[in-house]
Amino acid sequence: MTVHTATMGALRLHPNVALRPEPFGALAYHYDTRRLVFLRHPQLVDVVHALHEHTDLDTTMDALDIAETLRGPFQRAIANLAEAGIVITRDDEKDSS
Amino acid sequence: MTTLADQMKRGLDAPICLTWELTYACNLDCVHCLSSSGRRDPRELTTDEAIAVIDELRRMQVFYVNIGGGEPMLRRDFFTIIDHATTSGVGVKFSTNGTYIDTDAARRLAAMDYLDVQISIDGADAATNDLVRGQGSWDTARRAMDALAAADFGEFKISVVVTRENVTQLDDLLTIADSYGAQLRITRLRPAGRGADTWHQLHPTDAQQRDLYHWLLERGDRVLTGDSFFHLNALGDPLPGLNLCGAGRVVCLIDPVGDVYACPFVIHDEFRAGNVRDPGGFAAVWNSSELFAELREPGSAGACASCGAYDACQGGCMAAKFFTGLPLDGPDPECVSGHGAAALAAATTAPRPDQDHSRARAHAAAAAVPVTLGRR
Ligand code: SF4
Ligand code: SF4
Repeated sequence: MTVHTATMGALRLHPNVALRPEPFGALAYHYDTRRLVFLRHPQLVDVVHALHEHTDLDTTMDALDIAETLRGPFQRAIANLAEAGIVITRDDEKDSS
Repeated sequence: MTTLADQMKRGLDAPICLTWELTYACNLDCVHCLSSSGRRDPRELTTDEAIAVIDELRRMQVFYVNIGGGEPMLRRDFFTIIDHATTSGVGVKFSTNGTYIDTDAARRLAAMDYLDVQISIDGADAATNDLVRGQGSWDTARRAMDALAAADFGEFKISVVVTRENVTQLDDLLTIADSYGAQLRITRLRPAGRGADTWHQLHPTDAQQRDLYHWLLERGDRVLTGDSFFHLNALGDPLPGLNLCGAGRVVCLIDPVGDVYACPFVIHDEFRAGNVRDPGGFAAVWNSSELFAELREPGSAGACASCGAYDACQGGCMAAKFFTGLPLDGPDPECVSGHGAAALAAATTAPRPDQDHSRARAHAAAAAVPVTLGRR
């Protein structure tokens, strides 16, 4: 089952995920599932870090001036990260963090 | 665009598979022990030094550390060390023979977050296991598993080194793991430590390697293998797991006295990159040791260059070649295209592992009768 980012709405990084910068982007580690995931573009890392400040993925990418050519790949990457539980949907009402 | 494998070959900013052996002390005397453990080394890191190592790993964002030994639970400060790690964001996966996991210890372990436990056995029955790990070690390991299950630890791991004797028991081992809700992990026997003496009789035969490959194609998604079996990829479709030698690139070892080696299976001066007690600590060793810089250079395929399978198999495991006296840029001693046997025949000497903490009497006996694996 593929998650479609367009319908996911507000997103954030899972609180138990650590991101470690690497020359190619970053390594994400999920402490709950022990999953290690590669983020293979430095700007994708910026997007993931900024998700919680915007209403959805598209507005995050607008705010960060992500090039058109990267948007498709980043949407797929974020969908994969969502499937891995690295990125989760955010409930703005209840979410105070 | 460079592949992820290429990026990993150039090394990461911090290891992702860091093994930290806390002590050379061990109550068992397994014939294949990769670190020739037995006696504690008087120079082992103190509690304060161990805590400082964890703090440094946290700063480097090493997400988890594989703790082993020796038998790590023999350190009196074992719980102090793992408590400090898991509460500061450095997860712990630790390997034990299970001797010290009684009801109390199991409860204590079950109460901790970010902790994985791995119990080692080397066969699906007492006879097969005890041949390698010593008499009574099967019962001990099963008691530890029972204690973890009773304490509701959750999914622990059962770790098996694949040998000529147990390679036919993989299905039975899966059944045992399933019965506990545990995860099976199988790894390759490498000729490191005391394993250098026993590898020649214990490593799987060519036919067994082919069976193992097909078993992994079928069941590989149910077992963990790390980087153990990529040399088998030369047989066809690639297996799940890390398909490269990560030594000094994504893998390394901190030994009980703080020495940093390229991988847990190359405890030898030639692969010693530095010590965590050196100025700059572990980070300086990881980032600037000459040895690691060399290992992160593109390697040459050497005698494997003419082999069509090189991309799939990468020439196999550096440690296996080193301790069998083979050139590092040539075929693996267990090369599935049949080049290992010839290379082994041509190798006249092999380097000896240069740390030996085996308990004296037991080791003398093992060295004197290398053909007799049993302890009867
Ligand atoms: S030397 Fe062998 S065991 Fe060590 S990292 Fe390389 S492939 Fe793995
Ligand atoms: S010759 Fe080298 S590359 Fe070819 S299968 Fe053997 S070890 Fe692998």
